[in-house]
Amino acid sequence: MSEETPWQQVLRHENRANPYPFYAELRKTPVARQPNGTYVVSTYREVVSLLHDNRVSSDPTKRPGTAPGADPAEPGTETITAADLEPSIIDSDPPEHDRNRSTMLRHFYGPPQSPHQISDLDPEIRRIVAGLLDNMKGKTRIDVVDDFAYPLPVTVICKVLGVPLEDEPRFHAWIRDALESFDLGPEPTSEEIQREVADGHRAVQEFGEYITELLDQYAEQPGPGMLSAMVHDDGPEGRMSQGTLVTNAVLLLFAGHETTVNLIAHSVLTLLRHPEALEKLRRRPELIVPGVEELLRFESSVQFWHTRSALDDIEIAGTTIPKGAPIFLLYGAANRDPQRFTDPDEVDLERPDNQHLGYSQGIHFCFGAPLARLEVQAAVGEFVRRVRNPRLVEDPPPYRRNQIFRGPRQVPVDIDGITD
Amino acid sequence: MTMAAPIAELVRDYKANARIVIVGASLAGLRAAETLRAEGFTGSLTIIGDEPYEPYDRPPLSKQVLKGWVPADHTELPRLRHVDADWRLGVAATGLDRDTKHVRLANGDQVPYDRVLIATGTRARQWPNPTEAALEGVFALRTRDHAARLQQALAARPSRVLVIGAGFVGSEVASVCRELDLPVTVAERGPAPLVGPLGGVIGEIAAEMQRDHGVDLRCGVGVSSLEGDASGHVRRAQLSDDTTIEADMVLAALGSIRNVEWLEGSGLAAGIWGVGCDAGGRAFDINGVVTDSVFVAGDVARAPHVLYEYEFLAMEHWDNAVLGAEVTAHNMVNLEPHYYPHLLLPGFWSGQFGVNIKSVGVPPFGDEIAFVQGSVKDRRFAAAYGHRGRIVAAVTFNQGKWLPHYAGLIERSAPFPPPPSGWDQPDDLKPIPAEFPEHGVPTAIPDVVLTGHDPSERRAEFRPRRR
Repeated sequence: MSEETPWQQVLRHENRANPYPFYAELRKTPVARQPNGTYVVSTYREVVSLLHDNRVSSDPTKRPGTAPGADPAEPGTETITAADLEPSIIDSDPPEHDRNRSTMLRHFYGPPQSPHQISDLDPEIRRIVAGLLDNMKGKTRIDVVDDFAYPLPVTVICKVLGVPLEDEPRFHAWIRDALESFDLGPEPTSEEIQREVADGHRAVQEFGEYITELLDQYAEQPGPGMLSAMVHDDGPEGRMSQGTLVTNAVLLLFAGHETTVNLIAHSVLTLLRHPEALEKLRRRPELIVPGVEELLRFESSVQFWHTRSALDDIEIAGTTIPKGAPIFLLYGAANRDPQRFTDPDEVDLERPDNQHLGYSQGIHFCFGAPLARLEVQAAVGEFVRRVRNPRLVEDPPPYRRNQIFRGPRQVPVDIDGITD
Repeated sequence: MTMAAPIAELVRDYKANARIVIVGASLAGLRAAETLRAEGFTGSLTIIGDEPYEPYDRPPLSKQVLKGWVPADHTELPRLRHVDADWRLGVAATGLDRDTKHVRLANGDQVPYDRVLIATGTRARQWPNPTEAALEGVFALRTRDHAARLQQALAARPSRVLVIGAGFVGSEVASVCRELDLPVTVAERGPAPLVGPLGGVIGEIAAEMQRDHGVDLRCGVGVSSLEGDASGHVRRAQLSDDTTIEADMVLAALGSIRNVEWLEGSGLAAGIWGVGCDAGGRAFDINGVVTDSVFVAGDVARAPHVLYEYEFLAMEHWDNAVLGAEVTAHNMVNLEPHYYPHLLLPGFWSGQFGVNIKSVGVPPFGDEIAFVQGSVKDRRFAAAYGHRGRIVAAVTFNQGKWLPHYAGLIERSAPFPPPPSGWDQPDDLKPIPAEFPEHGVPTAIPDVVLTGHDPSERRAEFRPRRR
């Protein structure tokens, strides 16, 4: 067996906690062809350029040979939302993408329908954060993921969408199974992994059925939240088809909190690893706004995206990506590109001109960015202010398998207490 | 590169002790002041503005303010840093004496400077007949006060609004009128709205948009006169095609005039075209020689642009004010070879009739246009402008996120038409003439004449026409 490329090493679970040395290696070849024909793009300039290139598709069905389920040699090449469902906005190109995205956006924070939808959530977000921290009173050890990072975004997204919070244990399990089964790594396809893939398929299936039922209920009886509004939308673009509605609802519920969980967990982890930054934020709480942007740059919740492909020969950085080739754009590597960011491995809460790719760019720019910003600013700001003397128990903490939605399984932290 | 020690010392001393005056307290003036401080300038800073207000933002004035969403006095520009300046607001600059290095003010004060920044921008062109312009119900729109008055008048629900001129301001106000469900007539001399900035092909689409939203759009006509009633309120307008419009509210959206009159006698290359300067914001004197102590930024500046055959361009765009101010301010406290060039790819945006119109590059520099993405029918498209086989600009309707792509092509002087998009292609990608109006001969150009023979005597002389 020949030596693994840096990209293959990135994909290994054992390197999940720290893929950055391999990213540095990758950036030496900004557009690196992999043995399986995938082009991995790791430098800031090239990633940005391709994010804005209208010859790059996000629709996996336009990639010859790698349509969902077409390549058994690569388990898990489907996305969580792609299996047996219509493409979501993140897996589609204009004009369908534009139509569906703008239909959804109108009910999220688009004027004139709902310009205050997100900002009006601020008091509730702060109430939830305060409650979570209050619950830690009397404890000396907490898990930042389960006790703090997870409950906030999941509660908020349920409210925004109109998903009953009491169903959380069900979709939590489906999402976990789907994420666990989605592994692009080179680890051998053992029986265990194959079972996980099967579990993942079933989970996605059940998740889709659950959402379909919920949408059907809203079709009969309108209720609060975005999903009901989308079901009854008769906007300029017309109503979305049931299939499109289901996939996008699945996407919103999943992506609407999963990435925020990782961002909060990574933010706390990063601050505990950089005590001078933590101290600075404690002294100057107003730095939370640029600070969260820096934390997003430093540990992007979405490390790369994997459904893009070239619709034409694209010449970039001295390489021609041939028509039809899969393209992986590495946000996590671009965000640490020293050509773009001075001392990229340092945490600088006041970093000037911090145009990171933590939310991507171009037409697929993160739909939920305004909500995520609000949640993470509240959560991390209050954690820093109220948690006394937090210390990492385990560094690095255990990581989940998934490479795209990279995040720690747990972040155990010892604390001295909670101030009011 | 290290600076020779005496020069470095000079710059340090200058940053600590010099006197800088900024004339103009709007976007460019404020951003310049902030940049000067960010560059380490700790000397004295004076900012002169003829309006009594702190710097405010103009784009919302023709949109959110008129709709009543935002009060006109809630449009202050956010401050990026403390500028620690001596603000002289509500007093206009009336003269620039380059021999003694003083700015003269309307109240008789003289403010000394070592370096001065001209950022006086533009003002609205008034309805040319002063008696008619004085009728109640006749408005212009450029300032916060204008917007406040116009908003009040719209809220009083006039029976019909007449908008004269279908440029960006006129079209945006017409759009607001329709959102407020007010009857509106737009009279435009040209063949369609927005033809000047975007050409006739796009203008035709803009015209359809207006008509679809119930605007009574009249193109190819001028307004000959406005008539009032006994109480002096405007009631109707006579059009050049001998028709009459009954309207009790009129907006004259006739474009802008650059605020350069105060520079008469300063010996600068200033005229109706703006104040000529190099790409670093250093003003030219009337002979075309670059000055050392006078700088220009924002709407009033006119500089050569490398991408457009070094043509002198004045760009009345928000980002031109910001970037021009930042570059110029940097240059005001530095010396060669540490000057920055102002190499903005111009861009603007406009919101009207539910469509977000954005553009990058200089569309009127192009002579051809090609629709490259999306659908004109859905008013969701991108179009590229070409000049001699290369792309020089692009415009998007509800496709703004593609602008960086086209900006990249323009910056690289990519071929026109550009490579086709991989999806969402319009039915017809073929370039067609963009239909910009012929560059007309501007009227009332101040005369510049040459006098003298010997190189030491040879000079240009400014002879403004009597107004």
